[in-house]
Amino acid sequence: MAEPPVSIEQLNRLYGPHPNYAPPGGWERAGARAPDKLVKTHCSFCGMQCGIQLKVLDNQVVGFEPWEEFPFNRGMLCPKGVKRYLQGAHPDRLLQPLLRTGSGFSPISYEAALDLTARRLAEIKDKYGPDAIAIYGGASMITEKTYVLGKFARVAIGTKHIDYNGRLCMVSAGTAYKLTFGIDRATNPWTDLAKAQVVLAAGSNVADCAPITTHYLWQCREAGGKLIVVDPRMTPITRNADLYLPVRPGTDLALCLSMLHVLVRDGMTDERYIADHTTGFGAVRDSVRDWTPERAAQITGVPPGNIEKAAQWLGRAERAMGIHARGIEHHSKGVENCLAMINLFLATGNLGREGAGCMMITGQGNGQGGREHGQKADQLPGMRLITDPEARRHVAGVWGIDEKELPGPGLSAVEIMEAIHRGEIKALFSICFNPLVSLPDAGFTREALAKLEFFGVIDFFLSETAHFADVVFAGSMHEEDEGVICSAEGRVQKINKAVDPPGAARSDARIICDLAAKLGRGQYFRFASTREIYDELRRASQGGIADYYGITWERVERELGVFWPCPAEDHPGTPRLFEGGRFWHADGKAHFQVTEWRAGGDPIDADYPVYLTTGRVVSHYLSGTQTRRIGPLVEQYPEPKLELHPRLAAKYGIAEGDWVKITTRRSEVVAQATVVGTIRPDTVFLPYHWPGRRSANRLTHRTLDPRSKIPEYKASACRLEKVAPPADLREMRREETGWFGSEADLGPNSPSTTPSGPAGPFGSPEVRR
Amino acid sequence: MYGYEFFVDPSRCIGCRSCVAACAECDGHRGQSMIHVDYIDRPNSIATVPMVCMHCEEPTCALVCPADAIKKGEDGVVRSALKPRCIACSNCVLACPFGIPKVHVEPELMMKCDMCYDRTSLGLRPMCATVCPSQALSYGPPEAILRGRSTHPVRDFDFGHERVTTKVFMMMPPDEPVVSVDIEDYMWKEPYEAAGQWLVDDAAFTH
Repeated sequence: MAEPPVSIEQLNRLYGPHPNYAPPGGWERAGARAPDKLVKTHCSFCGMQCGIQLKVLDNQVVGFEPWEEFPFNRGMLCPKGVKRYLQGAHPDRLLQPLLRTGSGFSPISYEAALDLTARRLAEIKDKYGPDAIAIYGGASMITEKTYVLGKFARVAIGTKHIDYNGRLCMVSAGTAYKLTFGIDRATNPWTDLAKAQVVLAAGSNVADCAPITTHYLWQCREAGGKLIVVDPRMTPITRNADLYLPVRPGTDLALCLSMLHVLVRDGMTDERYIADHTTGFGAVRDSVRDWTPERAAQITGVPPGNIEKAAQWLGRAERAMGIHARGIEHHSKGVENCLAMINLFLATGNLGREGAGCMMITGQGNGQGGREHGQKADQLPGMRLITDPEARRHVAGVWGIDEKELPGPGLSAVEIMEAIHRGEIKALFSICFNPLVSLPDAGFTREALAKLEFFGVIDFFLSETAHFADVVFAGSMHEEDEGVICSAEGRVQKINKAVDPPGAARSDARIICDLAAKLGRGQYFRFASTREIYDELRRASQGGIADYYGITWERVERELGVFWPCPAEDHPGTPRLFEGGRFWHADGKAHFQVTEWRAGGDPIDADYPVYLTTGRVVSHYLSGTQTRRIGPLVEQYPEPKLELHPRLAAKYGIAEGDWVKITTRRSEVVAQATVVGTIRPDTVFLPYHWPGRRSANRLTHRTLDPRSKIPEYKASACRLEKVAPPADLREMRREETGWFGSEADLGPNSPSTTPSGPAGPFGSPEVRR
Repeated sequence: MYGYEFFVDPSRCIGCRSCVAACAECDGHRGQSMIHVDYIDRPNSIATVPMVCMHCEEPTCALVCPADAIKKGEDGVVRSALKPRCIACSNCVLACPFGIPKVHVEPELMMKCDMCYDRTSLGLRPMCATVCPSQALSYGPPEAILRGRSTHPVRDFDFGHERVTTKVFMMMPPDEPVVSVDIEDYMWKEPYEAAGQWLVDDAAFTH
């Protein structure tokens, strides 16, 4: 409706973020009694989806115990997994629905929240039509919720505009895999990484973002495998790289094109595989003819000899694997980057075998499952295209509606925000998404949110985006739901409920179904449980690409996960795709795609001469709604730090701990410098998990990949300027985490004594509350 | 746990501090971590190293303790100081060659890693080595852990003329020298250097 109802400071005081350090009742209570039960489930954070056991005492999660039997992680966890239990009985937890009033948010009854939301949505639909309403979903929630949300948008509201935060994640990879392979999933189980002779890791900071993957990479190296790392920064896996290629941000495509050039030039392609199992290689071969290593070196800044070497290693290996993540996907040519990387593995026959494949590393907890069953603008359940008449008939049949009622493809996540800004979309209903922190060009997002005529949110904490809401439903946390997710491997896993939603909070699925009923569409949402939603999902996915029909909850628990596609209950599932050279296109072949070099959307020039790239740190997850409230994770990396090379720092007179203003064509942010020789001297890095004045996404731009619609987070142009320490550091910290460090830290003359001290950007401050 | 040994392999460490987080979840000292993870030289390298108590055969900390508060069990695990005896004098803190013990001001007690005695005595692996995502810290039967690793286990450390033998193994590279790295060693810089140029405001960088 407008700006937040009261000041951000007032909202922070009431709803956080406040860092939580101890389980409910304190350490003594948690240690004094044996837990009532240990619940086997998975971590609520990244796509690794590590097995974990939650300790439950009096309907509260009070701790964890490693789950060593779960095969993927065997008890291993990153710090987010270790401390995830601290989100449960958190003081900031929303316990009842909130209504926006003139003086802030007031608690209202669940019924009143439903009535108001349904009335406002119906009014807006009557006045402007169903497409004036947009739905935002997310990929950190169980698949059942993503499915029922997609159905809600199309059946209860009748809008075509539903999209999700996975649009900011791996959609470039998904688009590329569908174009080439006809299926959008990682090609191999992670155990295959340990069997490869060469692993090419491009734009994959797995040590921070998918930490368990490092154990597989180290196993590969211990067995004699070679690791090639492509990244403008030396991320922790680079310490054991056999070859390191520090590409200039946004130039991965040139590197891949040149590597293919070398493979073709030196006869290292697998012509037999290409002939038997692929189409379109001739045009690709022609397209790389001019891509000599010297030309690519000019663009990427990687020595030509090392481009040669990478190609030689790949070409000579019997088994090679590629892993790629946001580093190559977050670009306006993200799809091309992925296609060109896939082409390297397809042209060398490195697919469909143990230790041979090319895989995206999906980032979000249910980043895989969350994009399969209908909350994506262009897809229906089962990874079916919403424009495919047969898919529409099938899904309409399962849903019991006329196929003509089913809307067509809608706008993607960033495009929805742009349509709100233009005034075309009037109402937004959002769950599991914090676009004010996670969308590019946050100033624009802020303006758009203030224009909404109605904004409804389901969340368990009051996120920065929810500050703009008219109604906030207190939804369910990960440990309060039962259902499935699909890990980065393509393994469907079971999330088990540990506790009930507290207070007047409700299961998200319950809220969505109740709202559908209030909108007069209750007959399509008669689900008594998430299990009934799942059983309908199985039928809706049946015969689709992501076919879950043979995957029952019982099988998932018994077999510790089942890889889709799995069309029948006696089907073993599909851990490795493309065995025997069979692909998912109608002709059974993989389709090579030609890619052409082009520049990015925010080029450097004399005014903005430095590349800005953004990313994650190990102790935080996405927009930080959860991890910025978990004390030990906050202290591990309390606030955004700007990483830059000593040579660049010297040019601007910047020393370790100095404050730097980073200015782009959108906005400016100040952050403290960390001067390290482990990032390209033409590039700076700022992690993005924080809101407010230091939010990295104030700086990024809204250029999208034309096919995947992913924003170009990984390459913006900026300029740097050394500035005085900010006077409002306390306000910044209150908005970000509620963590204030030591008081000396906040004095006007001493902010440079950072809490992380000499340990550098990931330093753990030795501060106790 | 019988036959299980503890291995530290710094070359695997990714600096994630999962061990630090998990140590504070150990029931014997919930909320307090006994592990340190440090950057070796952050300005020039991403390398990190985790340090747990090495559990010396002849623990220097115990030898210098004036109150005889530090005991080694028959299992070779050196415990935190005995609460009734510890006088918080910090002799052990100063003497330990690995920098492990810390005197905690609040309880006036030396506390350090006891290899999760409360867990191993119940047949559970230590928290840190169980969760470590890169298995830089690992705990298990030596043959299972060493199988296929190219590093080799060492437990003799020379400090000047004094040799310290430990229960915990440190994994060392076979014969690789330590190298200091700078990103520029991996970049293509000849053409720019020849032209006396380097940074991005140079024309060569715009294309």
